[in-house]
Amino acid sequence: MKIRITVQLKPAILDPQGKAVEQGLQSLGFHARHVRIGRSIELDVEADTPEAARAEAQKMCEALLVNPIMEKAVIEVLS
Amino acid sequence: MKVSVLVFPGSNCDHDALHVSRRVMGWETHPVWHQDTTLPPHTDLVIVPGGFSYGDYLRCGAIAALAPIMKAVHRHAKEGGWVLGICNGFQILCEAGLLPGALLRNRGLQFLHQRVHLRVERTDVPFTASLKCGQLLEMPIAHGEGNYTCDEDTLVSLQTHRQIVFKYAHPSGEVNETSAPNGSLAQIAGLVNRSGNVLGLMPHPERACEASLGMVDGLGIFQSLEHHHRFVG
Repeated sequence: MKIRITVQLKPAILDPQGKAVEQGLQSLGFHARHVRIGRSIELDVEADTPEAARAEAQKMCEALLVNPIMEKAVIEVLS
Repeated sequence: MKVSVLVFPGSNCDHDALHVSRRVMGWETHPVWHQDTTLPPHTDLVIVPGGFSYGDYLRCGAIAALAPIMKAVHRHAKEGGWVLGICNGFQILCEAGLLPGALLRNRGLQFLHQRVHLRVERTDVPFTASLKCGQLLEMPIAHGEGNYTCDEDTLVSLQTHRQIVFKYAHPSGEVNETSAPNGSLAQIAGLVNRSGNVLGLMPHPERACEASLGMVDGLGIFQSLEHHHRFVG
């Protein structure tokens, strides 16, 4: 099953990249606010059910993909 | 004194650490490849050097923290052996769980390479045993992700257990909201684990050990270890 994991800095953590992009967008005349930059990770897992795939992805997040001190993740089962 | 300097793909301060350990301090020093599973026997000090291990992929230090040699480093630390993580080495030790907290992108977004002043906060650990509390050390920083952070409980715990060893200070010695160029929480530049045998710091003491390079204050850390090793054991 295909999984997408979106990792972002927690809301309380300053995201300087997001801030720089926000300023860039604003300098182009866009009214963009609260820009946050994250990372998208796609992978295939072997699982019989979407729940099992999600549980496996959760384990991967805890083991490596997410640093809970500064990041949070959203897991989506794509197919 | 016997020293192991870890080498990861992307380490770029390993030779600086080897040079200081061997040539300046005169210690028996071995480079240790990340794929190795054991440290040379009777290693006293493991140096986790600076650089961009694994290209900083995923997060700084995250992949290196899982390298085969790190299990041996965990054992070494658990047995009371000394571990010194410099810059990327500090990030690796945090990711490996040997030190609390994490290093974020610098507050101003930019990579910072400049001289800083560190105030010594504690001298009852081997790394600062020959220094004085309040003493200022000048050495360089060179990092993009040196903005130390942790949750509130962890910060309280760091303070309660006196784990903060170095703080960024102004040249006057004053430590305040503007003295950490990277925005580090509580101006933290370096800290130890609770038992005081694992130190991580963002500044580079190994680049400040010879007068010909313009700075010598980094020597204080290595000489403290030498002194402690010789007289305390």
